[in-house]
Amino acid sequence: MRYLPNSPRDRAEMLRALGHSSIEELFSQIPEPIRFEGRLNLPGPLSEQEVLELFRQAARQSSRKYASLLGAGAYSHYRPAAVDALLSRGEFFTAYTPYQAELAQGTLQAMFEFQTLIAQLTGMEVSNASLYDGSTAATEAALMAMRLTRRNRVVVARTLHPEYREVLATYVRHLGTEIAEIPYTPSGQLDLAALESSLNKETAAVVIQSPNFLGTIERCGEIAEMVHRSGALLVVAVAEPLSLAVVNPPAEADIVCGEAQSFGVPVAFGGPYVGFLATREKFVRQMPGRLVGETTDSEGRRGFVLTLATREQHIRREKATSNICTNQSLCALAATIYLCLLGKQGLKALAEHNLAKAHYAAGQLAAVAGTSIPFAAPYFNEFVVKTPGKAETLLRELQAKKILGGVHLERFYPELKDHLLVCVTETVNKATLDRMVQVYKDFSAQKKVGAAAPAAGPHPVGQEKA
Amino acid sequence: MKEHPRHARPHITRDEGLIFERNSPGKCGVDLPAPDVPAAPASELLGEELYRKEISGFPEVSELEVIRHFTRLSTWNYGVDTGLYPLGSCTMKYNPRINEVVARLEGLATDHPYAPADLTQGCLKVLHETARCLAEITGMDAVSLQPAAGAQGELSGILMIQACLTDRGNPRKYILIPDSAHGTNPASVTTSGYEVRNLKSDAHGCLDLAELDRAMTEDVAGLMLTNPNTLGIFEVRIREICDLVHRKGGLVYMDGANMNALVGIARPADFGADVMHLNLHKTFTTPHGGGGPGSGPVAVKRFLEPYLPSPVVVQAADGTYGLDDNRPKSIGRVRAFYGNFGMAVRALAYIAANGGEGLLQTTQDAVLNANYVMRKLQDVYDLPYDEPCMHECVLSDRRQAARGVHTMDIAKRLIDYGFHPYTTAFPLIVPGAMMIEPTESASKEELDEFIEAMRAVAEEIEEDPEFVLKAPHTTRVSRLDEAKAARKPVLRWKP
Repeated sequence: MRYLPNSPRDRAEMLRALGHSSIEELFSQIPEPIRFEGRLNLPGPLSEQEVLELFRQAARQSSRKYASLLGAGAYSHYRPAAVDALLSRGEFFTAYTPYQAELAQGTLQAMFEFQTLIAQLTGMEVSNASLYDGSTAATEAALMAMRLTRRNRVVVARTLHPEYREVLATYVRHLGTEIAEIPYTPSGQLDLAALESSLNKETAAVVIQSPNFLGTIERCGEIAEMVHRSGALLVVAVAEPLSLAVVNPPAEADIVCGEAQSFGVPVAFGGPYVGFLATREKFVRQMPGRLVGETTDSEGRRGFVLTLATREQHIRREKATSNICTNQSLCALAATIYLCLLGKQGLKALAEHNLAKAHYAAGQLAAVAGTSIPFAAPYFNEFVVKTPGKAETLLRELQAKKILGGVHLERFYPELKDHLLVCVTETVNKATLDRMVQVYKDFSAQKKVGAAAPAAGPHPVGQEKA
Repeated sequence: MKEHPRHARPHITRDEGLIFERNSPGKCGVDLPAPDVPAAPASELLGEELYRKEISGFPEVSELEVIRHFTRLSTWNYGVDTGLYPLGSCTMKYNPRINEVVARLEGLATDHPYAPADLTQGCLKVLHETARCLAEITGMDAVSLQPAAGAQGELSGILMIQACLTDRGNPRKYILIPDSAHGTNPASVTTSGYEVRNLKSDAHGCLDLAELDRAMTEDVAGLMLTNPNTLGIFEVRIREICDLVHRKGGLVYMDGANMNALVGIARPADFGADVMHLNLHKTFTTPHGGGGPGSGPVAVKRFLEPYLPSPVVVQAADGTYGLDDNRPKSIGRVRAFYGNFGMAVRALAYIAANGGEGLLQTTQDAVLNANYVMRKLQDVYDLPYDEPCMHECVLSDRRQAARGVHTMDIAKRLIDYGFHPYTTAFPLIVPGAMMIEPTESASKEELDEFIEAMRAVAEEIEEDPEFVLKAPHTTRVSRLDEAKAARKPVLRWKP
């Protein structure tokens, strides 16, 4: 086997040194009845060339020839070549958690830079060195708020990513935590009146998303004020952090968390991604996950170490702030490299490009008969469109033109039947958008959905704001 | 020789500032394509109130500077590619390059999790086949790849035990954990809502059956056990242990962190485990990445299958793959989408490259290497449990501590000899533990050098303990002040 460095002679010599005559003797302590004597039914062994062919075959059965307007928590952005070139350095990707700081200054300094970049982006004071993904980051943020407030009720926006809400529910189901859901208004934003009436003295956290799952940007300042009046903490999850380059960060929040996949991490069918969690300095000791801190060596030189480990499971065991052991170091490194490459100007220009393109697409679609953009609130690169007729049929027609037209929201919001969540990034060119609009036009004409058809918004859910 | 000027240093001692300290306004590491849609001012589209003018302090550097900055940083790291990395319990084995190539193939790296199933058959097939292979290796009946890391696999498994026992009428209150367990075990149990009860190990470093018998009451939901345990010792009475727990109505969770000792040799399902997780970044060569991403698939016996995290990848009669989220008994989701898919690609590439025979040879080499190191060092370092070991061995600093030198000091000195240290001070039941896991990726030649270095350090401790206490002497920075970092945390750069 090509990965194994010991030769048959090495093995024989080592066995001899141990006083054994066969390799089986090394396993003699395992009782015979539980030893596995069969042959594992596995593929291989394969040469490297055959491994490559196996996965090339799988890669062909994919959507790679399609233009994608899918977002919903996983965003296609161009990844500069320098990102993979640097990630592929073995010193980075074959190292482990930097317990031995003197041998891991590269990872540690990069994570310190990641923490700084996330703090700058989110308008928070400190960030951790990453968490598994956006869904677990939002969940950990809620748990952190519960520890800080010693309360056991969490209020979540219905426009928080549905899968993030599911993960939160899994984590708190056994803690007796009450979860309340706040509906959205006809403008696609959090219903503030419903929030106000839901808040009480047991509420630990209000978890919202901005831009939210419907793409609209929340009024975080106003929400924070309301939340703080009740003594709860505001958690803002950000699933598309590129928005933070043109949208003011929710600096009034107590915890800003989310998903940084947009920054140089491939979409890769859902993972691995990179969660982040940033907060105020005064809350740092209740933060979950790894933290890198600056310090000095015995000669006064600057260096970096893992710090505040007394929060963590390997020290605190059952009293730890979280059971999390690893962060997503390599993905966080990808995000760090990506953000350094784009930098202050590049990230902003890219965000403006996304913003303009999404608005162009929405504008064109709104002009198609029977089609509408139901939510009026500001949005970044993602928006909801009400389709002229059955969304599933339209999606199939788009697919026939090599376009993945969006996520049918009905799967998450029954009231949003025939509403698509459409995401437009720099990876989709104008010609494709125009092609998409043409499909809508043709579809609309086929369906004879004339201008007379009412462009009704979705049926509002729960209480409405006047 | 003249002192170097501050800014001109050879590579090894270069003062590589933070990227933010290199900022020069106007520089950018990318040139973006010109927008092909009509220009629209962002402040108008968003409104002045929402519009962010700039991200203060954000980097402004060229592409070359980014390349040089991170290349330099990388060289101050030590990885498996650099040399022996015998970090016990972490299984720091070679990360095959082909894994990285296939995980980056267009299609596998680019498919969206919400793309239609008929356009993502390749990705679904990879998930399905990886799960099937892991079930085969563990002897289990079903596998979910959703957990993002080992600790999340543990949590998922414990939640499944809870759900199953609830269905049987009583979830019970406690989970038993041996005192030698990884810290994630008790932390995951607490997260699940159960309480932890610790079990003392016996004189052989194994679970004490009498103690287990006493502790295994009607209130106990199950046992969480690592096998081989963190001393690298196979629990020889594992069958009796599992039978006892089952007889008293509990379930057995196995922490599969040490599966590198067992692949092809013994299957946890065959010796009585009901549910376990695997660490793809340990046994199955997905890269550790400086601390993640990991992947912690959870494998179960048939009766626990209904409780697996949702959705589950299924294959229809016509051979096509899909996602089944209609699972009323599921513990729910533990992570968005379908887990760390990219890690499944790499693990499957590793399994397919090896086949069953290659994996068996791998296990044998890993165990041979660990025993070899243990036997070649036990005359100079204390061996607290003199048992045959599996994939790792645990020595202690007992003899060296008498000279005031402890496991961490020896570890730091090992750095000067060109090796990554072993795991220090774990498991907790061995004071001054030195936990060594060479893995199959170490050659005899390299192990002999390591053994020589360990023996040389032992001699140095006899002759000049002070010198060892001040190690490392050859790294870019000397020992770092961790207390200072924790006392007044500086967690970010500020202008």
